[in-house]
Amino acid sequence: MSDLLRVRDLTVAFHGKPVVDAVDFAVPPGGALGIVGESGSGKSMTSLAVMGLLPKGATRAGHIEFDGTDLTTLNERRMRAVRGDRIAMVFQDPLSSLNPYYTVGTQIAEAYRSHRSDVSRRAARKAAIEAMERVHIRDAARRVDEYPHQFSGGMRQRVMIAMALTTEPSLIIADEPTTALDVTVQAQILDLLAEVRRDTGAALILITHDLAVVSEVADTLIVMRHGKVVESGTAEQVFSDPRHPYTRALLDAVPRIDDEIGELQTLGGDT
Amino acid sequence: MTRYVVHRVLGMLLVLFLVCLFTYIIFFALSPDPAVQICGKNCTPERIDQIRANLGLTDPFLTQFLNFLQGLFLGRDYGGGPSAVHCPAPCLGYSFQTSQFVTDMVVQRLPVTAVVALGAAVLWLVLGVIGGLLSAVREGRFTDRFIAGLTLGGMSIPNYVLALALQYVLVVWLQWLPFPQAVRFADDPGQWFLNFIMPWTVLAIGYASSYTRLTRANVIDTLDENFVRTAKAKGLRPDLVWRRHALRPALTPIVTIAGMDFAGLLGGALITETVFGINGVGKLAADSITKNDQPVIMAVTLLAAFFVVVGNMAVDLVYSAIDPRVGKGAAS
Repeated sequence: MSDLLRVRDLTVAFHGKPVVDAVDFAVPPGGALGIVGESGSGKSMTSLAVMGLLPKGATRAGHIEFDGTDLTTLNERRMRAVRGDRIAMVFQDPLSSLNPYYTVGTQIAEAYRSHRSDVSRRAARKAAIEAMERVHIRDAARRVDEYPHQFSGGMRQRVMIAMALTTEPSLIIADEPTTALDVTVQAQILDLLAEVRRDTGAALILITHDLAVVSEVADTLIVMRHGKVVESGTAEQVFSDPRHPYTRALLDAVPRIDDEIGELQTLGGDT
Repeated sequence: MTRYVVHRVLGMLLVLFLVCLFTYIIFFALSPDPAVQICGKNCTPERIDQIRANLGLTDPFLTQFLNFLQGLFLGRDYGGGPSAVHCPAPCLGYSFQTSQFVTDMVVQRLPVTAVVALGAAVLWLVLGVIGGLLSAVREGRFTDRFIAGLTLGGMSIPNYVLALALQYVLVVWLQWLPFPQAVRFADDPGQWFLNFIMPWTVLAIGYASSYTRLTRANVIDTLDENFVRTAKAKGLRPDLVWRRHALRPALTPIVTIAGMDFAGLLGGALITETVFGINGVGKLAADSITKNDQPVIMAVTLLAAFFVVVGNMAVDLVYSAIDPRVGKGAAS
């Protein structure tokens, strides 16, 4: 089976200095890839490069094949048609990622309508309510008219996921979707992402610094450090038999419930 | 929401009362005896006493202040017997320099001040927002730096210098504008409009400069917001990203600040009105200060305070209507 997304030799550089260096990975249709790394490892830049949303001053090289098309060859207009429609993104901090001036319904409907120009306002609103129900926001028909600040952190992230779902994308990229949330809520959001993937058949790229998060959701994973992929494989492979010393160090840094009480392992500094 | 409005109105009334009280203390308790001023050179102690009695200056402070408040809301009489003068509410006092009610003097001059303030506000909003947007779009490039230079100049140049320079260049040298003449709008709208071009410009330049900087900073900050990134990630057209997600959050605070600045100017643009000989509240203030006409100075001060306080409240109410996060917490 051919891959849905195949990234080859992707390099992102700021003023000639690479922050993502010759990265390769692939996601099959409906698959789930975890990208793990510390902050500054280049994992978020990798996802923004796929979306074509790199910040000013960044340059991109390499190939990003999505569903048979190399996204790096698309012009901005055709890239816009992919963005938010075929590939949707869920960001880290749901409060700042939602516009405080508009109701959540407006913002979800906006994602839907921007790719379906023939859809009426009313139909878009209905789609927004349905999407909110699908991510288990209770009383969605009423809450659709509320503003982001009236939602809790976990509910806001559900709104972000609902926004991603309306266009039925074939790939969802979630960049640290649980980092800004309480631990108990984190598990709920991860369950929701797994459920969405199961129900819609969308592939998922989950970007995180948290190995525990990745182990719950991903089939395959890559470990990034200093912009390079240092380890890749299926989740079981990597967890049971890490090749790279950095991955081993990462795994050792995860506290386990069956550990004897002792000092927590930390990662060595870079210098 | 209702609770919020009631709260704000009560707060405003309290502030206005305190402003009245302090203005009264400053002008009537701390400044030189107005009776002596009025009496003039050929004065006798008896005459001064009589004027003091007429003005109510012999009463204790609290009585004087209550009389003043009474005049404000109900009207009051000055002096007694057949020579008594009745000042109808809202009575701000009686000017013995011009033998006029202060309220009438102020009301007469308010329209022209409002015209000056309104025209300037429109001008500086248009210039400031366009300049700021242009700067933000071309951030770091020549246009941005050029506008930054202009705004620096606009903020540094004093009003009176700009006014005189403009008059010299536009009226005397290039003769693009006619020499200002007093005309009423109804008689000659064209001349009337030309008369106001220079005052509007002079008043607007400083504000326009700071609004340009404010708009630029707000737009650049907003474009950096995560929700703008979300809007782009949705695949939204760039014009919609700008209009819905960047401009609205960036410009809302500017509109509200403009409301406050405008309200402040309703209290009179002292320098501009004086330089251009516009008979507004600002010139009234300047004239009264030179003549030490205390009731008028006090009235103008109160008026300015009144507009600032009311303007502030209006802006807050408008803000709570535009920004869903403000003010509704208590009511919902």
